[in-house]
Amino acid sequence: MQISLTLNGKKVQADIAPDMLLLDFVRAQGCMSTKRGCETSNCGLCTVFLDDRPVLSCSVLAARADGHSVTTLEGLQEEAREFGAFIADQGAEQCGFCNPGFVMNALALFRENPEPSEEEIREYLSGNLCRCSGYEGQLRGILNFLEWKKKGGAS
Amino acid sequence: MRAVNQPVRKKDAMQLLTGQPVYVNDLAPEGCLIVKLLRSPHANALIEEIQTDAAKKVPGIEAVFTWEDVPQDGPRFTLAGQTYPEPSPQDRLVLDRHVRFVGDPVAIVAGKDEKCVDRALRMIRVNYQVLEAVSDFRTAKDNPVLVHPEDNWEALCPVGADNKRNLCAHDECGEGDIEAVLADCDIVLDRTFHTKATQQTMMEPFGTFCSIDTYGRLHIVSSTQIVFHCRRIVAKALGIPKSQVRVEKPRVGGGFGAKQTAVMEIYPAFVTWKTKKPSKLIFSRKECMTASSPRHEMQMNVRLGAMKDGRIRAIDLYTLSNTGAYGEHGPTTVGLTGHKSIPLYGKAEAFRFVSDVVYTNRMSAGAYRGYGATQGLFAVETTVNELAEKLGMDAAVLRQQNIIKEGDVMPAYYGETNTSCALDRCIARVKEMIGWDEKYPARDMGNGKVRGVGIGLAMQGSGISGVDVGSAALKVNDEGFYTLRIGAADMGTGCDTILAQIAAEVLDCSVDDVTVFGADTDASPYDSGSYASSTTFVTGKAVEQAAIELREKICALGAQLLGCEPGQVVFDGENVICETDGRQVSRAEIATASQCGNTIALEAARTHSSPTSPPPFMAGAAEVEVDLETGEARVIQYAAAVDCGTPVNPNLARVQAEGGILQGIGMVLSENITYNTEGKVLENSLMQYKIPTRQDIGHIQVEFESSYENLGPFGAKSIGEVVINTPLPAVTAAIHNATGLWFNELPITPEQIVLGRMRQDESLMKE
Repeated sequence: MQISLTLNGKKVQADIAPDMLLLDFVRAQGCMSTKRGCETSNCGLCTVFLDDRPVLSCSVLAARADGHSVTTLEGLQEEAREFGAFIADQGAEQCGFCNPGFVMNALALFRENPEPSEEEIREYLSGNLCRCSGYEGQLRGILNFLEWKKKGGAS
Repeated sequence: MRAVNQPVRKKDAMQLLTGQPVYVNDLAPEGCLIVKLLRSPHANALIEEIQTDAAKKVPGIEAVFTWEDVPQDGPRFTLAGQTYPEPSPQDRLVLDRHVRFVGDPVAIVAGKDEKCVDRALRMIRVNYQVLEAVSDFRTAKDNPVLVHPEDNWEALCPVGADNKRNLCAHDECGEGDIEAVLADCDIVLDRTFHTKATQQTMMEPFGTFCSIDTYGRLHIVSSTQIVFHCRRIVAKALGIPKSQVRVEKPRVGGGFGAKQTAVMEIYPAFVTWKTKKPSKLIFSRKECMTASSPRHEMQMNVRLGAMKDGRIRAIDLYTLSNTGAYGEHGPTTVGLTGHKSIPLYGKAEAFRFVSDVVYTNRMSAGAYRGYGATQGLFAVETTVNELAEKLGMDAAVLRQQNIIKEGDVMPAYYGETNTSCALDRCIARVKEMIGWDEKYPARDMGNGKVRGVGIGLAMQGSGISGVDVGSAALKVNDEGFYTLRIGAADMGTGCDTILAQIAAEVLDCSVDDVTVFGADTDASPYDSGSYASSTTFVTGKAVEQAAIELREKICALGAQLLGCEPGQVVFDGENVICETDGRQVSRAEIATASQCGNTIALEAARTHSSPTSPPPFMAGAAEVEVDLETGEARVIQYAAAVDCGTPVNPNLARVQAEGGILQGIGMVLSENITYNTEGKVLENSLMQYKIPTRQDIGHIQVEFESSYENLGPFGAKSIGEVVINTPLPAVTAAIHNATGLWFNELPITPEQIVLGRMRQDESLMKE
């Protein structure tokens, strides 16, 4: 079937199988940041934005994105660098495999709730698993980033 | 220090955080064959007949391989990645007519896309002769049913293995008259513990792609911790010369030991070697959970003898380890249950440590962070915690009275001397961090919840004494930047950066001036690989030595350019300076000169191995809140003090510790592997296998109490593994202090706690 959508700001038309997952579609389009970590919608690695809302692309058919806008981390490089630097300063990126999904969802959180509490951070990101960091370094990075943002984001 | 002990960013951090394509499945060539495996539905069976004709006719299918394509009487091999001669028995074939666990590969299918491969997999018809299975590891030894009855099973090392007894390994050691000392003790605790085959659950599933290179050789790109061992394993499995195999690792999305076993490289390698076409195999999470290399399930019997004053006099440990269907890491993991728990109690007069490792018809076990020490420390430390209670002593005070000190000889640790140790300071520090004296043993919060605190100690090694080899090659390039080539594998831990920090410290330059390349069997100097907590300590020392040698070469060429003797110059990192007249030549100028009419190679390669393995130490304390009504136990605070010698990168060491601690907490509270009666793993997805989320933990606090290890680079020891060990005993003790219940089987689930409390009530009523 034919679909047309906006992927990272660019119009894309593609002929896809009706059962193709959005995850496989964006990877086939070269958006390799989107990772598969499970088959049961548990790990959060495949998080992308569908019309600016975070979804698990392993649980969305590519056909559902027809006529919509999809954003992967490839389309958010500036924001990813800005926020990611605070995670890097903690060494909490570690193996990196969960990073794109985690960064996407964190950016979604900041858009929705620019000043989240620690509990709100934990809750919002609870679906983003990480096996390396114990989450503590990610939390420090997020809190430092929010503090920096609060002060106007000047470096 | 300028570079070492500095919290510099990981060299690859921003690439990873911005989602660049750096992992196996991002780099695999487009259009390569998709490889999948048909797996056995039976725990123990012989393949009587296998029909693949229909599967081969599915459009897009390139090849279907079965046991009939693999000589069944050929040499067997192991997938364990350790130094040759590999201690794990040689017990595998690429495809075996005899399948030994639910999930054992039956056929390899390769085709142009997933759809046709999935279809072909469904069309293979197999008739099995189902055999009785060995399902309980407690009755496996000398069971009439043999997991490996075949005659071409082979043990290369004298590890006490005997396939006709289902024995993968057996060992006994000790010192002093254990029975006499135990008989003379005021109190002897005799306890049995059981831990499960928990999964590493690295976020990146196992993945490999293969192609044939320009020279007709097999080029394997894999998410592995062991490029060199992998080359050896694949060559043996395929029966081809090692010269025909090249193994390379890109970024690795976590390993934790899982990728110290070549779990899956042989399958796409087989396909590509046979078809000469590129291929890739990426495991599903289900395959990662059911046919991989988890921790060895173990049962440990501890007999601990002490006097009323708290003096621990004897430790007797028997460990039974379940290696599953194949012997990967079986003979070596079990040793750590004793050798890395008993030495903590340095005042003991006698110890005995006996172990059996048995085959069963279960998923094969492998290496997982902690590597047996985790299980052994759970058993010994929990028994020590119970001893404190029985003696009416503070568990931390009891530790201070008995622990190993710097300078002590450790009979149970291969007779090595404890050359650096701040364990006493670690204990004092965690007590402060968690508020031990105010909180021990428990506080009733008045709302149906009780908060208990508990403590546990840990040690590990720094590489394998006299075995592990680390190498480094350093060279100077244009403008004077350095390239460091290593064979160690950065799997997210940051060893590329840490090793560059060590080089930069010696070379008096910025860490940014050192680029790192690794790991590739064609280009890297030989390294055992990244496991056994070896990289910082062993490879780090090789880097230090290579950098010292390179400095000398820079000085030699600098002196030549300045027209003076090498003895007359010094190198400050930027310039080589003639001490007699102050003339100088810069590193960049020397680099340029090295590329024109030069005969002095600005390159140095060094190999290091250590005869000893100085242990890192750690104390961990948990505060756990137990809801007495629901049985829910939650770690609200975990404090840990680590002695890893000098932390080369305090940020990365801290995150290693925090991550390891949470894995340990997962093992105590939620991670479980159970089998149904057919031998099928029930926890086969992240839905059932519960690793901790960020809502399952309060705060983890880590501090360093550093000793200085003279044998390590700049005083460093290891960090990667020791950090997973303390939560098991500490959380178990905290739950005990909150509920009065001792648990000797993990995980301790809410259900277990509620059932335990019901049994408590019943026995109270009887009284």
